[in-house]
Amino acid sequence: MAKRIDVSDLNVYYGSFKAVEGVTMTVEPRSVTAFIGPSGCGKSTFLRTLNRMHEVIPGGRVEGKVMLDDQDLYGSGVDPVAVRRTVGMVFQRPNPFPTMSIYDNVAAGLKLNGIKGKKKLDEVVEKSLHGANLWNEVKDRLNKPGAGLSGGQQQRLCIARAIAVEPQVLLMDEPCSALDPISTLAIEDLISELKSKYTIVIVTHNMQQAARVSDQTAFFNLAATGKPGKLIEIADTQKIFSNPSVKATEDYISGRFG
Amino acid sequence: MSSNTVRMTDVAIVDEPRSTKPAGATDGPATADSGGSGGRRSPSPVFGHPARAREVKDHLARVVMWLAFLLALVPLVWILWTVLSQGYHLLLQSEWWTNSQKGITSRREGGGAVHAIQGTLIQGLTTAVISVPIGVMTAIYLVEYGRGKFAKAVSFMVDILTGIPSIVAGLFIYAVWVTTLGLQRVGFAVCLALVMLMVPVIVRSTEEMLKLVPNELREASYALGVPKWKTIMKVVLPTAFSGIVTGVLLGLARVMGETAPLLILGPYTKAIATDLFGGYMATLPTMINQDRSESLQPAVDRVWAAALTLILLVLLLNIAGRVVARFGSVRK
Repeated sequence: MAKRIDVSDLNVYYGSFKAVEGVTMTVEPRSVTAFIGPSGCGKSTFLRTLNRMHEVIPGGRVEGKVMLDDQDLYGSGVDPVAVRRTVGMVFQRPNPFPTMSIYDNVAAGLKLNGIKGKKKLDEVVEKSLHGANLWNEVKDRLNKPGAGLSGGQQQRLCIARAIAVEPQVLLMDEPCSALDPISTLAIEDLISELKSKYTIVIVTHNMQQAARVSDQTAFFNLAATGKPGKLIEIADTQKIFSNPSVKATEDYISGRFG
Repeated sequence: MSSNTVRMTDVAIVDEPRSTKPAGATDGPATADSGGSGGRRSPSPVFGHPARAREVKDHLARVVMWLAFLLALVPLVWILWTVLSQGYHLLLQSEWWTNSQKGITSRREGGGAVHAIQGTLIQGLTTAVISVPIGVMTAIYLVEYGRGKFAKAVSFMVDILTGIPSIVAGLFIYAVWVTTLGLQRVGFAVCLALVMLMVPVIVRSTEEMLKLVPNELREASYALGVPKWKTIMKVVLPTAFSGIVTGVLLGLARVMGETAPLLILGPYTKAIATDLFGGYMATLPTMINQDRSESLQPAVDRVWAAALTLILLVLLLNIAGRVVARFGSVRK
């Protein structure tokens, strides 16, 4: 179910501005990969190219290759909508649909893609909420609005919504940065569980978090404001945090800059 | 010496550079509400009391704001009161709600406004039925799709439409409908003129509402593999629904009170007429205009009553819209 991501020599642009340059990396299936680096270095931008969300922004385009197993995401004739069904995403701020109940939020991906049948939907909703460790908290109020939950619950609701469409890969863009430590812990536990089924890529500003949850870590940096961000190094998390091969990585991790 | 300690605290709390001014002359956070708590005259040892000049300005601004508010309120209350007091007694008669003016001259009392009420409703609703899809879809285009020169041109056109006087809209339709096409003056032509007035209102209000929908919701939907058009239909529009309804109703309210196109394109009749293509058709504004030209008391009474009826109609529409908006959005 989970798939491998192979990125080779990817450049990302906003109009004529090159935001990220020359990224090459491999993300193994059923693993967690963390992206760290200072603000503005292109982590999130790069993450969004992995499910073609980048091109939603006017002027957004990429050069290079992103392979999901043996399928080129940017090949001709590839439907970005289909890509996004395969590669799900969780955002920085919890964004449940305000007009929908908890149930409908989780079922949104299926319902909006035309899948009907109450029994099937009931099953998926329960399974996804279990998967997001939210079922016990909301099972008695599935018809209440999703926006009425706490921030941490909302974020888990968004994760449930993302896994309800059964993606191969789950991208997380600073999923805990708007949450308190307890909710963060809940999400981190969840990530460790989800790892057994999905390929997970997470952007985080929290280095302890990267160290706790990820199997490999990629460090991004940019030479100066206005210059494109680059992948400095990617390696096993343990190696990055104990013995990085590039000095900039060590400086960043040890808090000497950034 | 003691004043020196005060300065030290001051610096620590307010984070303000040391100054030679006495503590009382500085702007401390405690003065943010200078509405006049009891302690105003006795300076607090840390923050002092509000600066005199700022206090005066604050009061002045307050007074000016209240005056402006009252000034705006005066004509509103005045109009409502006059219309209500002059018009209410006819509205209390059941005849007003059941009969038309057929066979009733300006000398005679009696008769009702049914012909005008249903005319206004028919024309208003027809206008809305035509305008809402055009207006909402234009707004969707401008917010969700429109980029570049064409969108700018459309937006500019809407601005121009917003500004055209209603009589120009009426004359324009007259030129097209009667002069060019050689057709009769009928209710439907009135509707076309009103559409020209209503569409820009709906476009602008819907646009604002769509812009208020957070982009994160669109992205959340895209990330689920939902195509753009479905995202707009199922996520963006429902989120903006109540705002859009309010905008439509404001547009409808404006259009229902519109008079100039009716005078040009919609000849008045005292009888009930429901056919939009059948020529004569009464509306409340034209009824008011008709009876206004008479100086006899029964006609004058009817003018006030018709005016009040129109106000009530708009009010009812607004209430209905709020109810629809509340039940329409799924926020339980």
